[in-house]
Amino acid sequence: MKFSEKWIREWVNPDIDSQQLVAQLTMAGLEVDGIEPVAGKFEGVVVAEVVTKEAHPNADKLSVCRISTGQQEYQVVCGAPNVRAGIKVVLAEVGAILPGNFKIKKAKLRGVESHGMLCSEKELELSDNHDGIIELADEAPVGQDIRTYLGLNDNCIDIDLTPNRGDCLSITGLARELGVLNKLPVTSVEIQSVAASIDDGFPVVVDAPEGCPRYVGRVIRHINANATTPLWMQERLRRGGLRSIDPVVDVTNYVMLELGQPMHAFDLEQLQKGIRVRMAKPGEKLTLLDGQEVALNDETLLITDDSGPLAMAGIMGGVNSGISENTQHIFLESAFFSPLAIAGKARSYGLHTDSSHRFERGVDYRLQSVALERATQLLLQIVGGEPGPVTEVCSEAHLPAAEVIELRKHRISGLLSLTLPDHEIEGILIRLGMQIETKNGEGWRVIVPSYRFDLSIEADLIEEIARVYGYDHIPVKLPQVSLKSRPRSEAVISLSQIRSMLLARGYYEAITYSFVDPKLQAYFDTSNQGITLANPISSDMAVMRTSLWPGLIQALQYNQNRQQERICLFESGLVFNKTESGIEQVAKLGGVIVGGRAPESWANARAQSDFYDAKGDVETILALGGNSDSYEFIPAENHALHPGQSALIMRNRKTVGAIGALHPSIEQALSIKGPVYLFEMDLGMIEQGVVAYFEPLSKFPEVRRDLSIIVDNSIHLSAVDKQVRQDAGESLVDLTLFDLYQGKGIDPDRKSLTLGLTWQHRSRTLTDDEISRLVDSIINNLEKQFNAELRG
Amino acid sequence: MENLESLVAQAKSAIDAAADAQALDQVRVQYLGKKGELTQLLKGLGHLSAAERPQAGAAINEAKQELQAVINQRKNGLNDQLLNQRLAAETIDVTLPGRGQQSGNLHPVTKTLDRIEAFFSHLGYEVAQGPEIEDDYHNFEALNIPSHHPARAMHDTFYFDAHTLLRTHTSPVQIRVMENGEPPFGIICPGRVYRCDSDLTHTPMFHQVEGLLVDEGVSFADLKGTVAEFLKVFFEKELAVRFRPSYFPFTEPSAEVDIECVICGGEGCRVCSHTGWIEIMGCGMVHPNVFTSAGIDAEKYTGFAFGMGAERLAMLRYGVNDLRLFFENDLRFLSQFN
Repeated sequence: MKFSEKWIREWVNPDIDSQQLVAQLTMAGLEVDGIEPVAGKFEGVVVAEVVTKEAHPNADKLSVCRISTGQQEYQVVCGAPNVRAGIKVVLAEVGAILPGNFKIKKAKLRGVESHGMLCSEKELELSDNHDGIIELADEAPVGQDIRTYLGLNDNCIDIDLTPNRGDCLSITGLARELGVLNKLPVTSVEIQSVAASIDDGFPVVVDAPEGCPRYVGRVIRHINANATTPLWMQERLRRGGLRSIDPVVDVTNYVMLELGQPMHAFDLEQLQKGIRVRMAKPGEKLTLLDGQEVALNDETLLITDDSGPLAMAGIMGGVNSGISENTQHIFLESAFFSPLAIAGKARSYGLHTDSSHRFERGVDYRLQSVALERATQLLLQIVGGEPGPVTEVCSEAHLPAAEVIELRKHRISGLLSLTLPDHEIEGILIRLGMQIETKNGEGWRVIVPSYRFDLSIEADLIEEIARVYGYDHIPVKLPQVSLKSRPRSEAVISLSQIRSMLLARGYYEAITYSFVDPKLQAYFDTSNQGITLANPISSDMAVMRTSLWPGLIQALQYNQNRQQERICLFESGLVFNKTESGIEQVAKLGGVIVGGRAPESWANARAQSDFYDAKGDVETILALGGNSDSYEFIPAENHALHPGQSALIMRNRKTVGAIGALHPSIEQALSIKGPVYLFEMDLGMIEQGVVAYFEPLSKFPEVRRDLSIIVDNSIHLSAVDKQVRQDAGESLVDLTLFDLYQGKGIDPDRKSLTLGLTWQHRSRTLTDDEISRLVDSIINNLEKQFNAELRG
Repeated sequence: MENLESLVAQAKSAIDAAADAQALDQVRVQYLGKKGELTQLLKGLGHLSAAERPQAGAAINEAKQELQAVINQRKNGLNDQLLNQRLAAETIDVTLPGRGQQSGNLHPVTKTLDRIEAFFSHLGYEVAQGPEIEDDYHNFEALNIPSHHPARAMHDTFYFDAHTLLRTHTSPVQIRVMENGEPPFGIICPGRVYRCDSDLTHTPMFHQVEGLLVDEGVSFADLKGTVAEFLKVFFEKELAVRFRPSYFPFTEPSAEVDIECVICGGEGCRVCSHTGWIEIMGCGMVHPNVFTSAGIDAEKYTGFAFGMGAERLAMLRYGVNDLRLFFENDLRFLSQFN
């Protein structure tokens, strides 16, 4: 909401400067977005009259004019197309200073002397209009300073109103608010009923009184189609952010700014028989003032006549029944449309108008007749005409009921930690326009004024009291609340532990969008295309991710495109799946690595990351719970992964996650430099660990044996490990694969595994004999089970 | 005995000449060993008279001790020399960088959320999480935002169908927590939220932290105190904080919190649009209708709620000037927040 400071000061004029006024409004919850002077900085510019206009001898587009300021006459060269003898104009005299510190001097233009300059709106920074020079009204006093004449020592204040304060969308409302804050009376305009000079009425029927409890209208005949909007009104509209259109529309807009009542004017000649306010019927169409044709839905309240829809009630008029330059007779509408009938409707058609903005927030339901009289009064002044009698259709039952609210003292002091004297509270309520119905020791019964749609419960009134009293004056303290402590089990791994672990291992945390490109997601998830947004922001952010991988891969691409060679990223967050039982939102941890195993350095090997780097990172995370032996890595096909380098991470036969190399064909399709390794785990399934429990240390010596065996390449270590443990007896304390060899000296289809076995007994020294027996049995079974041969 | 003196002199020069431990040991054997020359002299004492013997013996023993001491000294000297050579050979460039992994770091938004959580956890607040795909009821209706409410226009909502949407704020977590428990509640809800808006200052996804404290006797003064204390701790600065009346459907009274601009210290700059103030969060006392939706007795309990944008706090804290950087995951950006 934009408004002129000067205008509001005519209603209420607190003894504070513009900056203080702005601060006061902001701190009262009417946040000021900006304050700007209504014109540029200039001086020496006056009202003048064009006495004569002659063609310039040397230039087609210039004219040579005699300009009078009453006392003196000057010769001025002007290039504006609209300059002509007899009009009142704005003259920057020699010596004037225009915005931008532009000094007007005597000049010669194509050989003709010019004493001053005729100004356009743009040259005075009134607007961006530079089509021609300003034409003032005929009665403009020649010689008067233009700043005085146009009241340009004024500011345009822009407030960003919250949706509850529809009552402040007018000068009346804002003045009321300033009156409350400054404890000052408000002077409003004097509005008198205009008596009918003709009998012409126009019938109005309201079929939808719940949407339109009150409809007031009046015919005005024989208006002057050639009249123009007076400059003062144009200026107030401009400073209120509205463009001047034609006098009739300008008056309706002016009344809306002044009183807060949106109005509409119809061309009476275009109306058939009578006005009917009703809901739209399916299939009805209306071409709006802005030229677009809309198909109406049956939730839309309409103003219609016998021929069909005329206007979307409270939102926008139709083009056919609107005011044109030929309009001679008008029908003026001033109605109360209930907020529920308008709220959301404009938005559903992609519309948002000054009118819908006000109606959906709530317009004073007692204002319609007053506004109609005010508009009539202004129209008669500007376009003349003969007013008919006022037609009013009202359904009292459908008008909002005045809210009556119980306000208890102990609730005020409890909610604000503040005890105010009764007279202070009553003073605030009364200045806000409330009526105190009753009062007792507990508190008050308060009737809310018809313009405050936002006040319906006690808390609303307490906010009003706090707001007017000043939030800054409410005490500050810390809560005395005893919150129950709900300690987290030590056995549960926290996300922050996992993060720290990954950071220490060289990962950076990424945050990617939860919605991804369905085309990208399809590479990772063929079974499930994800949940689709009905209104995505763009097609590449249209489906909810079913995995963290698409986002991480995108981040990887982004960095590879910026010459990053080594990339380690992880992310934690929800993924979304549609299941039979509904939507599943599961917290996952995902990671991606590509490039060197370690940062490039003189000290580090140059090796590239491989599957086992990613696996090592995963294992370290799983080890946080102290029960890594509950996990298994099972080779498994995954559409997105290299078939030979892909595993499921399992726990108690449930899939916890997956790990592997990105499928080379996906790398190729996405132009990614690989090999890329990915992992993803379900955070909920890996969080359960165990609390450590001390095991006594053995005092007896360890025995170590190393065992090199050769087995087929297809034999998995996990199988060998399992077999060895079976045969190694209870005293085995460690089993490590410490060498893996394939190559020279060994059948290419086979590999050499070197295992280090360590035994230690709790209560005695193990003998050589018993260890040898165990080793024999291990070897024996490895030979049997895996066709293993002992090496060297 | 002249023989002894020249022998000692000979031995001494041999000790001096010994270039290493092995040579030195040979010298020792030659003179002091079982068959060494001085040992032989001792053995030759038998030829002397009983009167001469003690004196001569003492002289030889003295010479032996002297030589042993010289040998020891030489040995130490040789050891030192050896050690010094080794140390010299092992000298390295200690300015070379160390070996192994460089650690990464958290995303600045996560760092910010962690710091907020840490402050409130310390006060006894619990971290609560909720779904990101929400239903209309928890995101709007239960928060006193019915379908026709103008405030809905301020939430550019992503929908899946008429009733299912991406949460536009973390406030629905309040409802879910209150529905499933009994006061007192002290919770903090960090998480992703979504709005259908994308330009220089808006991303379609961002992070919010919602806080809620409900108990008997919680007042607006408690809210002011809690929020002001948090902001001071977060920015590690004594900051001017002001509470401005505002409007949220789910709180009443509602306030917008401004802090003195952390960039210009309140002087006025581009970041604060020359007002000296920066809008930092919204807050207020829980609206009775919200309590009623969540099944809490609004006559008995009062509470406050506040919500802030993590990206905004991170931008102010770390001087990030472009919101979109947070979601590009550029390593050159991510690696700046250790």
